[in-house]
Amino acid sequence: MFTAIANWWGSLPAELTWSLATIGQIMAFVVPLLLSLAFLLLMDRKVWAAVQMRKGPNTVGAFGLLQSFADFIKFVVKEIVVPAGADRPLFLLAPLLTFVFAFITWAVVPVAPGWVISDINVGILYIFAISSLGVYGIIIGGWASNSKYPFLGSLRSAAQMVSYEVSIGFILVTVLLMAGTMNLSALVEAQGGGFWNWHVLSLDMLPWPTFLITIPMFVIFFISALAETNRPPFDLPEAESELVAGYQVEYSSTPYLLFMIGEYLNIVLMCALMTVLFFGGWHAPFDFAPFTWVPPVFWFAIKVVFFFFMFAMVKALVPRYRYDQLMRLGWKIFLPTSLAAVFVMGAIVVYTRNAALGG
Amino acid sequence: MLQAAAFYIFSAIAVFSALMVVFAKNPVRAVLFLILAFFSAAGLFILLGAEFLAMILVIVYVGAVAVLFLFVVMMLDIDFAELKAGFAENAIVGGAVASVLALVLVLSGFIWVDANSAQANLAAPTPEGVSNVAALGALIYDRYVLFFQLAGLVLLVAMIGAIVLTLRHRDGVKRQDMHKQVNRKREDSVEIVDVEPGEGIG
Amino acid sequence: MNRIAQTLRGAALLDFWGAFGLGMRYFFRKKPTINYPFEKGRLSPRFRGQHALRRYPNGEERCIACKLCEAVCPAQAITIEAEPREDGSRRTTRYDIDMVKCIYCGFCAEACPVDAIVEGPNFEFATETREELYYDKAKLLDNGDRWEREIARNLELDARYR
Repeated sequence: MFTAIANWWGSLPAELTWSLATIGQIMAFVVPLLLSLAFLLLMDRKVWAAVQMRKGPNTVGAFGLLQSFADFIKFVVKEIVVPAGADRPLFLLAPLLTFVFAFITWAVVPVAPGWVISDINVGILYIFAISSLGVYGIIIGGWASNSKYPFLGSLRSAAQMVSYEVSIGFILVTVLLMAGTMNLSALVEAQGGGFWNWHVLSLDMLPWPTFLITIPMFVIFFISALAETNRPPFDLPEAESELVAGYQVEYSSTPYLLFMIGEYLNIVLMCALMTVLFFGGWHAPFDFAPFTWVPPVFWFAIKVVFFFFMFAMVKALVPRYRYDQLMRLGWKIFLPTSLAAVFVMGAIVVYTRNAALGG
Repeated sequence: MLQAAAFYIFSAIAVFSALMVVFAKNPVRAVLFLILAFFSAAGLFILLGAEFLAMILVIVYVGAVAVLFLFVVMMLDIDFAELKAGFAENAIVGGAVASVLALVLVLSGFIWVDANSAQANLAAPTPEGVSNVAALGALIYDRYVLFFQLAGLVLLVAMIGAIVLTLRHRDGVKRQDMHKQVNRKREDSVEIVDVEPGEGIG
Repeated sequence: MNRIAQTLRGAALLDFWGAFGLGMRYFFRKKPTINYPFEKGRLSPRFRGQHALRRYPNGEERCIACKLCEAVCPAQAITIEAEPREDGSRRTTRYDIDMVKCIYCGFCAEACPVDAIVEGPNFEFATETREELYYDKAKLLDNGDRWEREIARNLELDARYR
């Protein structure tokens, strides 16, 4: 039976089998991703509720576990309203862009050894490139709505995302200098052997105390990730007290749902990036028996969920920034700090390599 | 076969969107088509095996430069009637310039001769067994380090020049001092006074 | 000096960690949430909800068509028409309350000399159409029959403060 299927599969043209296998891989990645996103959304709401001494959604399914699916159905069956003055094709294109860009970034994220759709050499650059495209969905959406609040929101968002991308870029450079590779799987491999080898501590670089650089870099990355994904306290593009809902004002039904899924996927992606870049990806904190029994993908997931929890806590706790404070933080504090980190880390790497080569 | 198909798809999109940049009536759409052209150019770079260049193209041009373009164009208040007003009187001159340019393009297309030694004259073919990024890095930071740094310096001078040109010191502008704002205490700004009725604060 | 101290404090995210600790303390506290449709909060005897017209224990309706409620109603939500009945007593032929106009001030109940119109403890009378909120006499009397026990108890509890 199996050999028959294998023979039939082998007789197909190579291009076709390659395409089918890739589509299968993508499906095997995207479906669990979307399912876990549904529960992460619920977790988000439950965490805010708990901090505010509420119970949160608890009616649909046990403990409200099916709440996200109920919301999904509600969004899909609602009517799509396109404003009369809107630029119709662009108006509908914008949420699609956000949605698609949020998904294709995941193509290079390794969740376990070998579990990655496309293990390309310039993985970090790819993620950086695609995440810098995410701003287009917001700009186009805000402009195509032909309305004042969305336009203001999209302008704010564009300026904010471009500013914080700069510091994120420098932090990525710091990390890839340390690892000496831009391939994300190799980056994770380099952090194996115990939590002290994770980049955030990087005790294997001793006697050079690189953790003095990487710990602040991690904090800056976390805060920049909040700004990059328009999460509170940097949710000025959709600040409800001033801009109603920013670029999402005119959106309803499925287009709004696409915006929201895209936004949350980007948040989870940022959590996954923190895991991969700083916290050892799929590696267990200790490299011996009880910890190595747990499958690697579980370690990856638990770290991502922890960072997502931190994102939710920040939203529950921190008041919103003023726009000039936001710009000041990005350009006057994060940019010089991360630039200095790149210089110092580069110097350390060059010195240690030369020393290893014998001067 | 897949590669050939991808090449034709990317180049068709690139040519089409480049044409639409010129022909689109709405300037915002023109910029969006420009972005699409950048994007398909990045796709062509990847097909050529220059993945680093493709990513840098996307990051720098699509992710930053085009966003600023879009920013400026979206803020413009364009009056289409006024734009079209000068069309008739400038049509002859414009047409002449356009036809000369078209002639040059067509001529160069016919006269183009591919020299036999062209491939050998490529500045630096990618060496075997080295990744694209490493090869590029070795070139930029080794053989051409001086030019690379000089190009960077030119950009730096341009940036400083732009800042100097637009920097104006004006008097009487109120500036915010974040430290002062954050350090403001209740005791510094609020005073509770027990006022006798009918007397007011002396 | 102050600036340096403040910069260090900001860099160490002290404010955030303080808030985080506070948030985590509240995180595990008992939630005061009431599961509304299944659990309900306690209502005061003076709660002003859906209107009702009451009857005497022998089944006679209390309202004597004095129209004081109609006069006092600030939203002019009440419309009354009256005629003598066959036995000579003065009764309403029409008693309408437009619940869309009503502001639930309770003046009608205060004005009523015979405790006929009252605002009961029911607050769950949302409808799907506007027309259903134009209450007529039959509806109000029906409300009175339905909620008489609770209304009578609330009036008795509140009587000594009047």
